[in-house]
Amino acid sequence: MFEYAPAPESRSVVDIAPSYGLFIDGEFVPPASSGGAFKTVNPATEEVLAEVSTAGPEDIDRAVAAARRASGPWSALPGAERAKYLFRIARIIQERSRELAVLESLDNGKPIRESRDVDLPLVAAHFFYYAGWADKLRYAGFGDNPRPLGVAAQVIPWNFPLLMLAWKIAPALATGNTVVLKPAETTPLSALFFADVCRQADLPPGVVNIVTGAGDAGRTLVEHPGVDKVAFTGSTEVGRQIARSVAGTRKRLTLELGGKAANIVFDDAPIDQAVEGIVNGIFFNQGHVCCAGSRLLVQESIAEELLESLKRRMATLRVGDPLDKNTDVGAINSAEQLERIRTLSDIGAEEGAERWSPPCTLPSQGFWFAPTIFTGVTQAHRIAREEIFGPVLSVLTFRTPDEAIEKANNTPYGLSAGIWSDKGSQILAVADKLRAGVVWANTFNKFDPTSPFGGYKESGYGREGGRHGLEAYLA
Amino acid sequence: MSGSAFDLRSFLHGLPGVDKVGVEARAAALGTRSVKTTAKAAAIDLAIRMVDLTTLEGADTPGKVRALSAKALRPDPADPTCPPVAAVCVYPAMVPVAAEVLAGSGVHLASVATAFPSGQAPLDVKLADTRDAVAGGADEIDMVISRGAFLSGRYDHVYDEIVAVKEACGQAHLKVILETGELGTYDNVRRASWLAMLAGADFIKTSTGKVPVAATLPVTLVMLEAVRDFRARTGRQVGVKPAGGIRTTKDAIKYLVLINETVGDDWLHPDWFRFGASSLLNDLLMQRTKLTTGHYAGPDYFTLD
Repeated sequence: MFEYAPAPESRSVVDIAPSYGLFIDGEFVPPASSGGAFKTVNPATEEVLAEVSTAGPEDIDRAVAAARRASGPWSALPGAERAKYLFRIARIIQERSRELAVLESLDNGKPIRESRDVDLPLVAAHFFYYAGWADKLRYAGFGDNPRPLGVAAQVIPWNFPLLMLAWKIAPALATGNTVVLKPAETTPLSALFFADVCRQADLPPGVVNIVTGAGDAGRTLVEHPGVDKVAFTGSTEVGRQIARSVAGTRKRLTLELGGKAANIVFDDAPIDQAVEGIVNGIFFNQGHVCCAGSRLLVQESIAEELLESLKRRMATLRVGDPLDKNTDVGAINSAEQLERIRTLSDIGAEEGAERWSPPCTLPSQGFWFAPTIFTGVTQAHRIAREEIFGPVLSVLTFRTPDEAIEKANNTPYGLSAGIWSDKGSQILAVADKLRAGVVWANTFNKFDPTSPFGGYKESGYGREGGRHGLEAYLA
Repeated sequence: MSGSAFDLRSFLHGLPGVDKVGVEARAAALGTRSVKTTAKAAAIDLAIRMVDLTTLEGADTPGKVRALSAKALRPDPADPTCPPVAAVCVYPAMVPVAAEVLAGSGVHLASVATAFPSGQAPLDVKLADTRDAVAGGADEIDMVISRGAFLSGRYDHVYDEIVAVKEACGQAHLKVILETGELGTYDNVRRASWLAMLAGADFIKTSTGKVPVAATLPVTLVMLEAVRDFRARTGRQVGVKPAGGIRTTKDAIKYLVLINETVGDDWLHPDWFRFGASSLLNDLLMQRTKLTTGHYAGPDYFTLD
C-alpha cells in the first residue's frame, strides 16, 4: 500500500488568546457579570483552546444598543461606501485565510482540506458578492427605495461557523443593517477572529457585534425588544421556539433549519460520479450539514452494484487528524453530538437495518464516528425520518421515478435533494416535483453566493444567498 | 462477447456514462493530496521504475537511441541505488539498436507500431510493422487504434484490428493507444477502453504524444475505473499507461495517488502502470537527489540523454 506520510498543517500559523471577551461597539469587553466563562475545546483532541465569555442580559442590552446607535449612520452611508467596507473585509479574509482555516479546523473538527478549499473561499466569495449589491439595491426588484430593517439578531450553528457568519453578516451589512451575532457555543473562535477582521477593516464601531454564550444568550438576543430582525440557522426544534417567541412582535424572521435530503440515483446515472456525490453528500463535513444527502434513494435495478462501489469508495476515506492535509473525514464537533449520532445509529440497528462501516482506526482521544451506512432501510425507520447530523447514510430503494418522488417528498423536511441521471429530461421532470429548496443534479453540496438557499416545510423559511437573500434584510 | 458490430455497439453504449464535471472534480480533489518525506521518496522510486523512457522523433539516430538505452539502465550514474526504468520506447527502425544495449538487463523494449501516430494505413502494413518490431527484439508493442473508425462508429473494425495486431505480437505485450485527445468525450474514453480490453489489450494507453491534448488526470481516472471494472467482470487485469505531458515529479505523484485511491495496490507496480515520458525522468532524479542530499543539484548534474 502507498501510505501517505503525515502532512499536518502547522497550527502555529494562528494565535489563539487564552480568553476572549465580547465584541461590542468595536471593542472586546469583559462581560458585565463575571463567572460566566466557558471553555471551547478541540473536538479532535479534547484539548481546551480558549476560555470564552458568556453574554448575560446586560451584555446583550449593550450590544443591541451599540448596534442601534450604529444603525443610523451606517444605513445613511451611500451603498458604494458600505461596499468598500465589505470588499475590504473580503480581501482581509482572503489574506488571512490560512489562519482562519486552521482556526476553523481546530475549533470545529472539520478537515483542513475542507476549511481551506471550501469554507474559506466561500466566505470570501460571499462578502465579495454582497459587496457588489450594496450600491444596486434599488435595482434588486424590491421597490425603488428599499430600506434596511435596523438591528439584526443573528444566531448561527457550529457546523460551518465562519461560513454561516458570512451568510448572515454580508447581506445584512450590504443592505444597511447592523448586527448582533451569536456564534454557537462549541465554535465561537472564528467569529471572534472575524471581530478582529472588522477592526482591521476599520468598520465603524457597533455595526458588527459578536456575543458568545449558549442557548440562553441566544434566547435573550432574539427576544430582545430592540431587535428588528431575527435570522437563525440551526435545529428545527430551536427554530420553533424562536418562531413562537417572535410571533406577535414587529420582528421579521428567517429560519434555516434541519433536513433529511433524498439523494436519488436513477439506473442511468453516471455511477462513478454518483458514488462520489453520495460520499460528498453525506460524509462532507462529517455529515454535519443541514442539507446533507442523508437518505440515499437508489433504483432497485442498480442497487447492488451501486452499493458495492459505494463501500469500496468508503474504504478509501481517510478519517483522522483534521489538520492533516490528507484527511477526508474529521472529528464530530462535540460529545453531545456524538451521543446523538450513536443513539440514532443504535436505534437504526435495533429496528433491523443492516449497518456497515469500512475498517478504520479511530483516534482514542476526541469525538469520532466512523462513516456508516445502513441498508435495508424503509420509510418507517427512524433513521430514515430523523435528522442524524452525522456521517450516517440510510439507503432505500425505489422502482419507478414516481415512487422516487413520493419517497423523497415523504418527510417533514424540505431543504435539499439530489438527482443523478444522464437523462436531462428526467432530471428536469423530477426536480420540478421535489419539494425541496435546493435540488442538485449530478452533483451535491455545491454552494455559491449567487444561488439562493433555504427550505420548504419544517426546514424553515426565507432565503439566503443570491438576490433573494437581500429580501430578508429589506423593508 | 462476440466482436459483432451489433453486440459491441449495444455493450459499449450500455456502459454507465461519465459525468464530465464530476470526474474532473474528483481528479482535481485527488490532486491536492500532500505526499511528503518517506512517502515521497517511495513514490519517486516507484515512478522511476514505471517510466517508459521514450524517444519518438524523426531525428532519432542509433547514437541517440543507444544513449537513451544506457540511461534507462542507469538513470543516475552517481547513485547505484537508483532503480532502472521500466522500458525504452522507440520507433520500429530503432528497435535492434536498443535491443543490443538492453539485452538481458530486465528493462523492457517497447516499440510503437501500426502506422504510429495516425494509424491511417492498411491493416497488412500495420501487421508487418508489428511483426518487424517484434522480430527486432521488442517485447512490448504500443499500437494506435484507428480513431477514424472509432469515431464513425465502426467499433467492429477497431476490434478486429486490435485482435489481429495482438496475434501478430505473439509473446509481446500489447499496449493499445486510444489517443484520448482525439476522442472528445469521457464517454468515448470509457468505451474505447472497454473495446481495447475486450479485444485483448494488455495495457491501455492514453496518447501518442503527437496531438495537442495528451494524458490528463481525469482521462486516466476514467481508464483506471475501466480496468478496475473489467477485472471485476472478467477476472483479467489490464495495465494503464498515461503518456505525453507528464513532466514533473509532482504530476507523476498525482497519478500514483489516483491509482492508490481508485484501483489500489494491485496496479501500483511497473507491470500494471507506466508513464510514457522523456523529460519526466530527469525531474524525478532531481527530486530524488534533493531528498537524499537535502539540496537541489543543478541540471548539469543530470544526463541529458
